[in-house]
Amino acid sequence: MNLTEQFLARGSGKAKVSPGDIVTVTPDIMMGNDVTSSLAIKILQDAGLEKFADKNKMFIVMSHYVPNKDIKTSEMTLLIRNFVKKHGLPFFFEAGKGGIEHALLPDEGYVVAGDIVIGADSHSCTYGGIHTFATGIGSTDLAAAWVRGKIWLRVPETIKAVFNGVPKHPWTSAKDFVLHLIKEIGDDGATYQAIEYHGEAIENLTAEGKLTIANMAIEAGAKNAVFPWDKSIEQYESTRAQRHVRPIETDPKAVFARKYEWNVENLEPQVSYPHLPSKAKPVSQAMKDNIKIDQVFIGSCTNAKMEDLRIAAGILKGKKIADHVRGVAIPASQKIFRQAIEEGIVDIFAQAGFAVTGGTCGPCLGGHFGIIGPGEKMLSTSNRNFVGRTGHPKGETYLCNPAVAAASAVAGYIVDPSEITGS
Amino acid sequence: MALQKGTVFRYGRDVNTDIIIPARYMSTQDPKELAKYCMEDIDPEFVKNVKPGDIIVAEENFGCGSSREHAPISIKASGITCIIATFFARIFYRNAVNIGLPVFELPSAVENFRMGDQVEYDLEKGWFKNCRTGSQFQAKPFTPEIKEIFDAGGLIELVKQQTGR
Repeated sequence: MNLTEQFLARGSGKAKVSPGDIVTVTPDIMMGNDVTSSLAIKILQDAGLEKFADKNKMFIVMSHYVPNKDIKTSEMTLLIRNFVKKHGLPFFFEAGKGGIEHALLPDEGYVVAGDIVIGADSHSCTYGGIHTFATGIGSTDLAAAWVRGKIWLRVPETIKAVFNGVPKHPWTSAKDFVLHLIKEIGDDGATYQAIEYHGEAIENLTAEGKLTIANMAIEAGAKNAVFPWDKSIEQYESTRAQRHVRPIETDPKAVFARKYEWNVENLEPQVSYPHLPSKAKPVSQAMKDNIKIDQVFIGSCTNAKMEDLRIAAGILKGKKIADHVRGVAIPASQKIFRQAIEEGIVDIFAQAGFAVTGGTCGPCLGGHFGIIGPGEKMLSTSNRNFVGRTGHPKGETYLCNPAVAAASAVAGYIVDPSEITGS
Repeated sequence: MALQKGTVFRYGRDVNTDIIIPARYMSTQDPKELAKYCMEDIDPEFVKNVKPGDIIVAEENFGCGSSREHAPISIKASGITCIIATFFARIFYRNAVNIGLPVFELPSAVENFRMGDQVEYDLEKGWFKNCRTGSQFQAKPFTPEIKEIFDAGGLIELVKQQTGR
C-alpha cells in the first residue's frame, strides 16, 4: 500500500484498503478556525448536540478575522469563546496566543507525525508535510466529527510526484516546486486524489519546506499530500512532538494511479499570475512583463514560518522598499513572531518599511490588514489568487516565494532576487 | 418527489468558493444574509433573478478553493435546489451533501444546457430534461453513505437520529 492507504488502513483498523473503499477513521486532531468553528458551533447549538467524543482532540484556532476586525466578527468570535468556556475545551488559541492553525499546530507539536488530522479549513492538507494523513472538511463534518469522534473518508487514488536534481538557481525553493507541480497538472489535476512526494530534491528539503508544499496540495484539488518519514521530519519532530511519533514505512510494492517526474535543476523561482495558482511562469518571464506592484505580502500558512522570514529578512536587511510599495509582513504564529523579534527580523522588516503584525491570515483571504483596492496589484507569498480573494474583485494577486516577494518589494516590480542581492 | 421546473444558471469551470461567497461577507452564519451576496463577483444578476426551483449548471471543478460551508449554504438559501457540474471539488461536494443540497456529476447535461434554459427535473430520480433541446439526462445513483445522509435530511439530522436526539 502507498502511504495514504497505509494511514487510512491503520486509522480504520483494517489490514488492507484500496482506492474507492469507504473507511471510518478516528482522527487524532479535529480542528476548526474562527470562521468554520463558529458555523460548526451554531450547527451544534441549533441541533441541541452538546456531548463530544473527546474534548482533547477538539482544536479551535482563531486565525482569520482576529484580532476582531469589526463588530460582526466580534459577535461571531464571542459565540466561540462562550462555547469554549461552557464546555471547558482545553485547546483554544486566542489571537496573540496562537496564530495561523497550519503554522501553529505542527510547529508547537500538537499535530505529530503519524497522525490523522481533519481540519475545517482547506489548507489542513499542510500537516501532510510532516508525515501525517491530513485533509480539509467543512463545518458540518467538523460538528459531526466532534460529536462522533469519527468520520467517513473515501480512500483516494494516489499520484506519485518525484522531484529530482538540485536547483541551480540560488533562490528556487519548496514553493517553486509546488507552483510548478500545479502548473503542470492543473488546478484540478489531483481532484479526489492524494499526492505522495518522493525524490532527491524532496529529501533535500527541510520539514518546513515540505509543509509549504503540502499546504498547496488543495490548489491542485488534492484530498491530501503526504511525505515519507525521513531525517528532516525526524529532526523537526525531535524538539516539537508532544506525543509519540508513529512513522509508517514506505512500501516498495505501493501502487499509484499516476506518476510524474520532474528535474528541478533548471527550475527558476515561479510567479503565479492572476487568477489561478496554476498560472505559474518563471520569474525571468515576469521580469520581461515589467509588473509594477502596489503591495507585497509576506505571510500566510504557506510561507511565513521561520525559514521563510529568515530568507526574506536576509534580502531586506539594510534596504528600503520602493516608495510606491506598501509592505505587509505577518509572521504566522505568536511563537514565530517572538522568535523573529529575537533574531532582529521584525526590525529588519520594520526598517525596510513593512507594516508588521503577528499570527493572523490577514489579506491572504481578504480578511483584514492589507486588503487590496480596484486595479491594484499585490505580490504575495500566500497560496491562492482567485478573483476577489484578497480584496476588491478588480484587484490582482501574484503568488511567489519569500525571496521574490522581498526583492520585489525593494525593486517595486516583480524581480529575480539576484537583481537585488547580486548573487 | 414531484416533477419540478426552473431556470438554469450556467457557469464555466473553476467556480471557486471565494467567488460564490467572498470573505468580506463571511462574518455571519445567517443563510438569508449570505444568500444576498451569492455569486456576486461572477454574476451580479444572479441574486436579482434567481427563483426557488432554479438550478446551477457549471463545468469542471465547481466549488474549488476554501472549505467554507458558507458557499453551499448561500446557494441553497438563494432558492437553488441542486447543482449539476462536470465534476466538483472534493470539500464542496461533501459540504453540499452534508447540508442536503443535491449535487450531480453529469457532463453530458453540462454540454447541453445554456444560461436561461428551462429545465424540468426530478431530484429523487436524478433526472433532468432540457426544455429547449428536449434532451434528457439521468444521473448515477448516490453511493450508500451519501444516500443515507440525503435521506436523513443532512448529516446533522443523521447524527441526531443516531445519537437519539
